[in-house]
Amino acid sequence: MVGYVTRRVLSAIPIALIAVTACFFILRLAPGGPFDGERALPPTTLANLRAHYNLDLPLIQQYFIYVGRLLQGDFGPSMVYNDFTVAEMLWIGLPFTLMLGFSAFIIGTIVGLVAGALSAVNQNKWPDYMLVFLVMIGLVVPNFLMAAIMQLVFGVYLDWFPAGGWQAGSIPHLVLPITVLVLPHAGRTARLMRGSMIEVLGTNYVRTAKSKGLGQRLILARHAIKPALLPVVSYLGPGLSYLLTGSLVVEQVFALPGIGKYFISAALNRDYGLVLGTTILYMFIILAVNLLVDILYAWLDPKVRYS
Amino acid sequence: MAGITGKDALLTEYANRLETLDAPKGRSLTQDAVRRLVRNKAAVLSVFVVSFIILFAFIGPYLLPWTYDKIDWSNIRKGPDFDAGHFVGTDQNGRDMLARIMQGTQMSLIVAGVATLVSVIIGVIYGAVAGYFGGKVDAVMMRFVDIMYALPYILFVIILVVIFGRNPVLLFVGIGCLEWLTMARIVRGQTLSIKEREFVEAAKAGGAKPWTIIIRHIVPNLTGPVVIYATLTVPEIILTESFLSYLGLGVQEPQTSLGTLISFGSPVAETLPWMLIGPAVVLVSLLLCLTYIGDGLRDALDPKDR
Repeated sequence: MVGYVTRRVLSAIPIALIAVTACFFILRLAPGGPFDGERALPPTTLANLRAHYNLDLPLIQQYFIYVGRLLQGDFGPSMVYNDFTVAEMLWIGLPFTLMLGFSAFIIGTIVGLVAGALSAVNQNKWPDYMLVFLVMIGLVVPNFLMAAIMQLVFGVYLDWFPAGGWQAGSIPHLVLPITVLVLPHAGRTARLMRGSMIEVLGTNYVRTAKSKGLGQRLILARHAIKPALLPVVSYLGPGLSYLLTGSLVVEQVFALPGIGKYFISAALNRDYGLVLGTTILYMFIILAVNLLVDILYAWLDPKVRYS
Repeated sequence: MAGITGKDALLTEYANRLETLDAPKGRSLTQDAVRRLVRNKAAVLSVFVVSFIILFAFIGPYLLPWTYDKIDWSNIRKGPDFDAGHFVGTDQNGRDMLARIMQGTQMSLIVAGVATLVSVIIGVIYGAVAGYFGGKVDAVMMRFVDIMYALPYILFVIILVVIFGRNPVLLFVGIGCLEWLTMARIVRGQTLSIKEREFVEAAKAGGAKPWTIIIRHIVPNLTGPVVIYATLTVPEIILTESFLSYLGLGVQEPQTSLGTLISFGSPVAETLPWMLIGPAVVLVSLLLCLTYIGDGLRDALDPKDR
């Protein structure tokens, strides 16, 4: 098991490196630069600025400087927000985004699993139909539309929760954004869970368990849940990545102080440092979650061998 | 020794009868699938709704008194008004909302169609090549897919869109270029099993080149999963496009798309609800129906889950 985990961690390193390289060069080969303002800068100023950010060096050299700094945990300076380094900017926005994303991830996964399992156990009865319909709504209503509807209904008409904004530590401000993020994630999870659970409930070993007189609960707990979780677990990695990108929109709609706002304006302004920093950090989080998922998968599925 | 048992006469008569009788016909796999699809009421209804939305988007604009970019100075920010020909109201610039919804739907459908086509072409060829050649080629190609998976996809789309400017054609292609990963995985998996079959071996024995085998013998056998997955890709791409447009990175004025319309409609939904309701209803019903069709096709074409 330890060997397996080590190997998985080691194999994630080249992936991360290639991805960093790809992001770096795609961003750099694009036309435009961070100093293309409305008003053209005087040539000397521009030259000094470019020299300050090492933009005058050959691209390859810039790349090695960047990677070298990155390995020491230094994301470099932001080129548009002059007084901040990228690390500082990320430190301002990211904890909030992660808190939002992971709360929605945990709640959504649990809700999805329970809903999917309930749906499968009651297959083709009314709880199933209702859940399947709800799941469909969660799946197809895009998050920006759902956010607008939630704001309007619960924020304005019913006035149960604040329609936007943020005060430190205020739970009511989080209810609507998290709900919007939870719905599609819970929907996808529930769909997968329902499908795999129905399949598992039709297998021979479940029938054997039934025929030897085990109660429904015991069958579910002992025999059905664990194998049914497999496809859901392998979805969790991509699921988290959907959630984190979905929070870009949700943060914008609900005026929350996460990283989303900076990312979009940074991409538009060609703030190389900030875009790269955000992308790389997101990527590391997703890689880390994928790693955890693989390990969890290996533990759940006896067919996966550690060697 | 004809005639001793009377067998020949009997058999001749039987053969004659068979000639005139309609022999029971076998059902092909496709017919089976169509039959199952037709029995799925949600899917059939969805096909009708989607066809209606397509007609609405492409024929509708010709039936309206206003075009999507024409400004009616006397009716700005007005609700539905049948006399003036604004059946679902006008926006803040006095443009007819119904015409704009039609144009937006058209744009979303075109984006989805083109991007899906791009993603299917790339995904099928990539997956089939990886699966057919196997070994090191497969390992390297699939590793690349894994890496692409690890990238935060939408951030990548945003970067691409920013790089390529606001050209809608590039937007389609860009989205398509990033949506082929799952398709490639599915196709590769199928190819791995198809390439072991006898007809591939026969083709190889007959001296067919790898490329010919892939195009002539493997790709046609992938139709089922590819059709299913392509149908499920369409709503995904509509969502991505509307997400980008919502962030202001997609289709540009005066052209519009469902996402753009919703992004303009949602801040003013309290005072001008018709600006949000129309595009929202079209978008949601389109996505809902496409998902139902995809599900129905999967149930119909994939015999495993029956």
